[in-house]
Amino acid sequence: MSHDSSPSPPDLPGRRPLIAFAWLWVGAPLAYGLYELVRKATQLFTG
Amino acid sequence: MSPPVAPPGWSRWLVPPAALSVHLSIGQAYAWSVFKPPLESALGLSGTQSALPFQLGIVMLGLSAAFGGTLVERNGPRWAMTVALVCFSSGFLLSALGAASEQYWLIVLGYGFVGGIGLGIGYISPVSTLIKWFPDRPGMATGIAIMGFGGGALIASPWSARMLESFGADNTGIALAFLVHGLSYAVFMLLGVLLVRVPRTPGAADGSPAPLEGVQVSARSAVRTPQFWLLWIVLCMNVTAGIGILEKAAPMITDFFADTSTPVSATAAAGFVALLSAANMAGRIGWSSASDLIGRKNIYRVYLGAGALMYALIALFGDSSKPLFVLCALVILSFYGGGFATVPAYLKDLFGTYQVGAIHGRLLTAWSTAGVLGPLIVNWIADRQEEAGRHGSSLYGMSLVIMIGLLVVGFVANELVRPVHARHHVSAPAPKEAADVPRQQPESA
Repeated sequence: MSHDSSPSPPDLPGRRPLIAFAWLWVGAPLAYGLYELVRKATQLFTG
Repeated sequence: MSPPVAPPGWSRWLVPPAALSVHLSIGQAYAWSVFKPPLESALGLSGTQSALPFQLGIVMLGLSAAFGGTLVERNGPRWAMTVALVCFSSGFLLSALGAASEQYWLIVLGYGFVGGIGLGIGYISPVSTLIKWFPDRPGMATGIAIMGFGGGALIASPWSARMLESFGADNTGIALAFLVHGLSYAVFMLLGVLLVRVPRTPGAADGSPAPLEGVQVSARSAVRTPQFWLLWIVLCMNVTAGIGILEKAAPMITDFFADTSTPVSATAAAGFVALLSAANMAGRIGWSSASDLIGRKNIYRVYLGAGALMYALIALFGDSSKPLFVLCALVILSFYGGGFATVPAYLKDLFGTYQVGAIHGRLLTAWSTAGVLGPLIVNWIADRQEEAGRHGSSLYGMSLVIMIGLLVVGFVANELVRPVHARHHVSAPAPKEAADVPRQQPESA
C-alpha cells in the first residue's frame, strides 16, 4: 500500500464554513434516513 | 467542459460531500417500490408493468456506466455530475407529465430510460476523482460515496411514502410527487456539481491537474487483461451471494423458524430486512476503509472466504439459533456492501487512476449479471423445493450450497489476480487525455 501525502495543500481556515455546510447538506437527510431505518429495525426485537 | 481544477487551499474534504450529494440522490432508485401500488391503482397496471421503470433504469445504469465511462474520464466529474443531474431530474419531470396525462409510457421513458442514464453516469462520476484526492485512503473515499447509494433508498423510501400520503395516491398526487422529487433532487445534486474539483499539481502556477505517475492502463486495454475478468468474476460472485439473501430475506427468516417455538412475525421480518440494509451500508464504509489497511486482495479473501463460512453456518445450524442466523446474514450483507465499495480501489491498485472510472463502469456489468443470477437461483430453487413438498429451512438448503460454491469460485478468481503485465501500461497520455489524471503511487495487488 502506498501512503503518500494528500495532493492538496493544507486547508485554508476560510474553507471550514463551506466544509461544515457541505457535510450538513448531505448529513441531515442521511441522518433522517438512518433514524427511519433504526425505527424499522427495532421491530425485529419487538415485533 | 474542462475538468474543474482545485484552486490553492481547496480542501479534499469538500469532495466526499460532493460525491454523496449525487449518490444519495440516485440511490432513490431502490425505493421505487414505494410508487408501485399507487401507480397500479391509479393507472390500472399489473405488478410486472409497474416494475418496468425500475428495471429499465437498472439496465440503463449498467449500459451508461459501461459505455459512458470514457466520456466521464475525458470530460471530468463536473460534466458527469451535470449530466447525472439533468437526466435524473428530467426523468422525474417526464414521469410527472406521464402521470398527470395518464400516459404510462412517458413514466417508463422518463424514469427508466432518461433517469437510468443519470443513474449510471452519476454512479461512476465521483469515483476516479475521489481516488485522486485520497491516494492514501482510496478505499475509504470510494466507500463514503458508494455508501451514499445505499443511503439514498433509506432517505427516499419514507420521504416518498409521506409525500404520497400528503398529495394523494391518485394520478395527480403521483404527478405532484414526481415533480417535487425532480426539483428537490436537482437542487440537492447541484452541490456536487458546484463543489467537485480535480486535484492540481502542487505548486503549479497555471493550476494544471496533477500529472500521471506509475502503472496506468487505459480502459480499452484493461478489458483485454485477465485481471479485469478475474475481478469481474469476483464482483459477480460476491454480489450474487449477497442478493441471494437480500432478495428473500423476509420469507427466508420466516420459513427458517416457522416450525420452532419462536416463529418470526411479518413485522419482525420487516425489521430484519431493515437491519440487513444497515449492515449493507456499514459494510460499504467499514470494510472498504479496512481495505486501505490490510490490502484489497486480503479484504476480498475475507468477503469470499468468510462469506462462504457464514453461508455454511446458516445451512448447518441456522434453524436452531435465531441470533446465529441473524448474525451470519448481517455479516454476509456487510460483505456484499463492502464488495461494491472496495472494487474501485482494487481497480486503482491494478490499473492506476488514468481511466479508473471508465474501467469501473465496464466492471459494473458484473452487477447487472448478478442482479439476474442471484434472485433467479434462490427463487427457482425455492419454488422447486416447495413443489417437492419441502417446507421451512429445507426450502433453501440447495440455494445455500450453491451460494457457497459461487463464493469459492470468486475466492479462486481473487487468488489468481496478479499485477498487470507491462505491455498493457500507458506510457505518456496526451495532455487532453491526461486532463483528469492523478498524482499517486502505484500499488501492487
